This record gives sequence, structure tokens and C-alpha cells, in this order.
Amino acid sequence: MDYLTLIQLLDSTVRLATPLLLACLAGLFSERAGIFDIGLEGKMLAAAFFSAAIAALSGNVWLGLLAGIGASLALSALHGLASITFRGNQLISGVAINFLAAGMTVLIAQDWFQQGGRTPSLMGGGRFEGITLPFADALADVPYLGPFYAELISGHSVLVYMAFAAVPLTWWLLYRTRFGLRVRAVGENPASVDTAGISVVGLRYAAVAICGVLCGIAGAYLSTALQAGFVKDMSAGRGFIALAALIFAKWRPWYALWATLLFGLFGALETRPDVIEAVIGIKVQGQLLGALPYVMTVVILAGFVGKAIPPRAGGEAYVKER
Amino acid sequence: MDVMPKWAEVILVPLISLLLAGVISALVILAIGEDPIAAAKLMVTGALGSTYGWGYTLYYATNFMFTGLAVAIAFHARLFNIGGEGQAMLGGLGVALACLYVPWPHWTLALLGAIMMGGLLGAIWAAIPAWLQAKRGSHIVITTIMFNFIAAALLNYVLVNLLRPAGQMDPATQRFPEATNLPTLHDLLAPVGIAFSKAAPANVSLLVAIAACFGLWLLIWRTRLGYEIRAYGHSESAAKYAGISPVKITMIAMIISGALAGMMATNNVMGEAERLVLNSTEGAGFIGIAVALMGRSHPLGVFIAAILFGFLYQGGAELALWTSIPRELIVVIQALVILFTGALDNMVRMPLEKLFLAARRARAPKPERKPVEPAE
Repeated sequence: MDYLTLIQLLDSTVRLATPLLLACLAGLFSERAGIFDIGLEGKMLAAAFFSAAIAALSGNVWLGLLAGIGASLALSALHGLASITFRGNQLISGVAINFLAAGMTVLIAQDWFQQGGRTPSLMGGGRFEGITLPFADALADVPYLGPFYAELISGHSVLVYMAFAAVPLTWWLLYRTRFGLRVRAVGENPASVDTAGISVVGLRYAAVAICGVLCGIAGAYLSTALQAGFVKDMSAGRGFIALAALIFAKWRPWYALWATLLFGLFGALETRPDVIEAVIGIKVQGQLLGALPYVMTVVILAGFVGKAIPPRAGGEAYVKER
Repeated sequence: MDVMPKWAEVILVPLISLLLAGVISALVILAIGEDPIAAAKLMVTGALGSTYGWGYTLYYATNFMFTGLAVAIAFHARLFNIGGEGQAMLGGLGVALACLYVPWPHWTLALLGAIMMGGLLGAIWAAIPAWLQAKRGSHIVITTIMFNFIAAALLNYVLVNLLRPAGQMDPATQRFPEATNLPTLHDLLAPVGIAFSKAAPANVSLLVAIAACFGLWLLIWRTRLGYEIRAYGHSESAAKYAGISPVKITMIAMIISGALAGMMATNNVMGEAERLVLNSTEGAGFIGIAVALMGRSHPLGVFIAAILFGFLYQGGAELALWTSIPRELIVVIQALVILFTGALDNMVRMPLEKLFLAARRARAPKPERKPVEPAE
């Protein structure tokens, strides 16, 4: 494998890891606050549809992004209503949200565009184009460093840079601010937060809302940057891979970056079986490679390699008085 | 203290939830510019208006009975098995192996063999997450989700590389031998003089599903094991104190659950397709969640809810055929049923409880004079 192939492989790793990273950080906020969220998939899907639809109708991708975030937030509000206000089962609520998104997106797409559950292809201002960073063209001829900068660092859409910036931001928010301390506390021991006179319900709603915003960006990236338009079920299990990455990362932001990059690399390798064969010398089936993130998550969760301990109050509604 | 009488808990709450889901679905149909009443009529005539429609309704219902029971038995042990889809896929593999590689003399024996093999592989696929939960403490919901994806990848691999006949393009096994083909309801009802549609896929595995409903009822409410499962589901600490092993109950409940999901393959793989194709389960494993929630985890409730969802599936297919309403409408209805019966349960229950409490107060005017009841 030559250097340029490696750069190309890493480049598509970054592209594929971006939606996983955003969704993973989304799940991180929610689960750190004690609200399990297996509806990441559905929120991404809804956001993917609405951002593509609004971008196609208005021709402005930023309006699309806003619409995507709005759709994702609406589903987050539903999840909050079910699991915080009505103290329902958070897992069942997540399942319902996934199906709601899967059904509604196709239903609305068919009603608006009559193209069999897809949106028209996005062109021009309806898409997030790659940004060429300064000096990328000038430096492209420098050996090794040039292609690295021009191909790998430069040339992604603005959402990719936002996703990577979200990692230190999440870390700072969770570990260096008062809000972050409270969010983490409410996921571990909500009663103590309540005793301190801070609203458990308010904190949890805030965390679920942040989760909705991040999922919205992830979904918008799928349909307006990674691809040009929405197709049925386009999230294709990415919400669940993000969930797997979250466990893999043990609910920590920097680990989330490495976990999603790793799973992104698996995704990139799946499309390049020739590279795998060249590197390790044997032919690996693409389907089995695709299952690797899930297998690794099961192994990690079972504590065979390290131990992943979820937030203690995760999945339980907080009852103030009995 | 139970505020509501039992009939309200068992009938009224699910009925109101279903009604809410129905009203919202009607609004959705209205919003996309179709007539909900005409749509409902079309669904009823399409799914229940002919023996052909009934044949499809019952075919889908058979799938949902198996997966609904699978989710229900896990619910009784307070385990949430989202892995029905993967277990049913593996069950399909088991049924395909049984049908392809054993020279069955008659379909009755083939059916028995298929039940055993499908159930076995489904049970194995559920037993691994169960063991991981019981022994290693990994959350069964996450593990079973992951196992769904692993099952899909595994099935894809097996079909493409191992079971696909040489020279065939689509990833599927060859047709099962003639002797393993199950009689349809047409074949079963013809000797009795009932002319049932020949084209509909409902088959003898419907009877297996009904037997499974009855068997599970016996197990849950009439055996010691069922009592232990329910006790464990109500209170883990109390069950432990009574000498019930959490590991044993988790394993057994999930093994039964996985076996039931795996047995679904006798219907869709053996009864209908008569070969194993890639996406044979078509999401039936997930519909089992809605069916179990709707049926309140009771086998009779599961039976009724499964028929209801069978009706929705066949009706939805008819809608997609004759109107501009896509099939995905059923997915929305399914989501709403899960939402209202599962997650927003308290939204329906709380006002009802208030209502019943008010009614009770009105009947007994002086509650403060009553002697103190022992706490339940």
C-alpha cells in the first residue's frame, strides 16, 4: 500500500467517522445525565430527511441544517416527555422514536416529492461543499506533508470541522464547567443534585436537548454533505454504531473520538477489500468487517477487555416524592 | 394499592392507547391529503373482506405471535429482548439447514425437525446475551441490539459464501425439497368443505403459534418455573431471598424467548418462501415489541394483538397498492402503539387512575372513618 492510498483511506475514515462522532457525543450528553437513548438512529434519520428536504426546497443548506436540528429536537422533546416527565421506559421510548422516524420520513418524502421516499438530488447551495484550507494547493507538492495537509486535513465540509471541534468543547463543558459537573452528577446520583436545590428535570431536559442538536447536525451531514439528498433508511444503523462507540469510549469525549475514528476506519476498509488483502495478505469478507464494531462492543461490554461502567442512574426516572 | 379495577388495567389502558395511536395516524393520513375513513374501509376489506385477505392477515399474525410471545416471556422476567429480529434470522438459518440437509419423509416430521432446529439456533442467539447479562453484567438491551447486527452480517456471509447454489446471483438458498412444504390453510380447510384462498400464505404453523400461546400461558401461570420467572420480574431481591437464582431465571427466560423467536421461521421461511432469503424476517422481530406491549405480556393479549398487527400489515399493503399512502404508514402506527402502550403509558394511566379514585370517593363518602388497612 503506497502513501497516497493510505491518505485516501484515512480521508474516507474521517468522512465516515464524522456522523458517528456527532451522534456519539450526542448520546454521551444524554446518557451522562442518566437518560438512555437508543433513539439516536431515529433522530439522525429525521434530521437527514428534513435538512435535505428544506435544502432542496429553499436552495439554502444552512436553512436545511436548522430544519434538521429542529426535527431532531422535536424527537428529543418527545423522548424527554416520555422518559423524564412521564417516567416511562427510556428504552421503549427510544425504540418508538426509531420507528416513528423510519416511517414518517418516507411518508412525508412521498407526500412532498413523489419520488418513492427520497428527496431530489441537492445541487450548489443546497449542499455543504468541501472547504479548501489556506495554502492547501500551494503545499500539495511538498512530499509527505503536502498530500497529508491537502488531502486529509483540508477539503472537508464545515460540519466535519465542527464535529472535531465538538470533542474538546464537550470535554470542557463536562469537566470544567458547573453545568457539566451537574450533568454528570445527575447521571450518577440525582437525589444528591435534588438535595442541593438544583432541578433534576431541568438538567435532564437540557442534556436531552443538546443530544438533539448534535444528532441533528449528524443527520444533516449524512444527507447534505456525505451524500447529496435523502434516501429511505439512509442512517443505516449508524445510530447504533454510535451507541456502540459510546460504550467503547466508556462515556468519555476523547475516547469517543478514537472509538468513532476506529469504527470509521472499519467502514472505510469495507469499501476497499483490495487494501486489506494487500496489508494482511488474506481476503477478509466485507460483511464480517461490518460486524466488527458490534462484536467489539459486546466484548468490551462484557468486561473481557477493560470494563465499561455506565452512569449509575442511567435508565431510571427520578422520583422526587413517593 | 391498585387504584384501578383489573378490567380497566387490562382492557381500558391498551384500548385508549390504541385509540390515541389511531387518531394520530388518521391525522397523518389527513395531512398527506388522503381520506382516513376511506383508508380504514380499504384496509378492512383488503385484510378481512376475503379469505385471500384473511390468509395474509393470519400469515403475518403467525409471525407476530411468535415474536410477541418471545418479547412477552422476557418482559415477565423484566428483561427487554430487542434481539427478536436476530434470533428469528438465526432461526431461519436453523430451519433452512433442517429442511435442506435432512431427507424428511413427511412434512409433519419436517415441521418437528424445523421447530427444533429453528428454536435451537434462536435460543443459542439469545442465550449468549443472557449469559453476558447474568454473569458479566453487560446490559441485555445493548447486547441484543448488537446481536441483531451480528446476525444480519452472519446470515449475509453464510448465504453468499456457503449456502448459495453455484451460479445463482441472489443471496438465497435453493428451494427446500417437496416433502418439507407445509400445507396451507387452503389444504387444511378443503377436506372440511371450507373454500379458503389458494394463493394466501397462511399455513399450518399458525396452529403451532396458537399452541405456543397456550403453552406459554400454562408455563407462566400454571408451573413452578413460571412463578419463579414472574417473581424474579417483580422483585429481584425478593426472588433471591426466596432462593430463586437470578442467573438461572435470566438464562431460562431468554432461552425460551429466543426459541420462540427462532420458531417464527417455520412460518416465513418454511411455510411461505420455502427457501431462505436475505431479509426473510422483514422486521417482525421488532413488531413483537409492539405486540407484547399491546397484549400486556399475556399470551391471550399477544394472540389478539398479533392478529391486529396482521390486519394492519395486510391492510397497509392494500393501501400502498390502491392509494398514494406508502406502506411505511404501518411503521408509523407501530411506532405510535409502542410509544403509547410502552413509553407514554403513564400519560394514559395517570388521568384514568384519578378518574377511578374520584369515582370511588364519590361512592364512599366518609373515608376518614374507615379503620387503617394493613399496608400491602
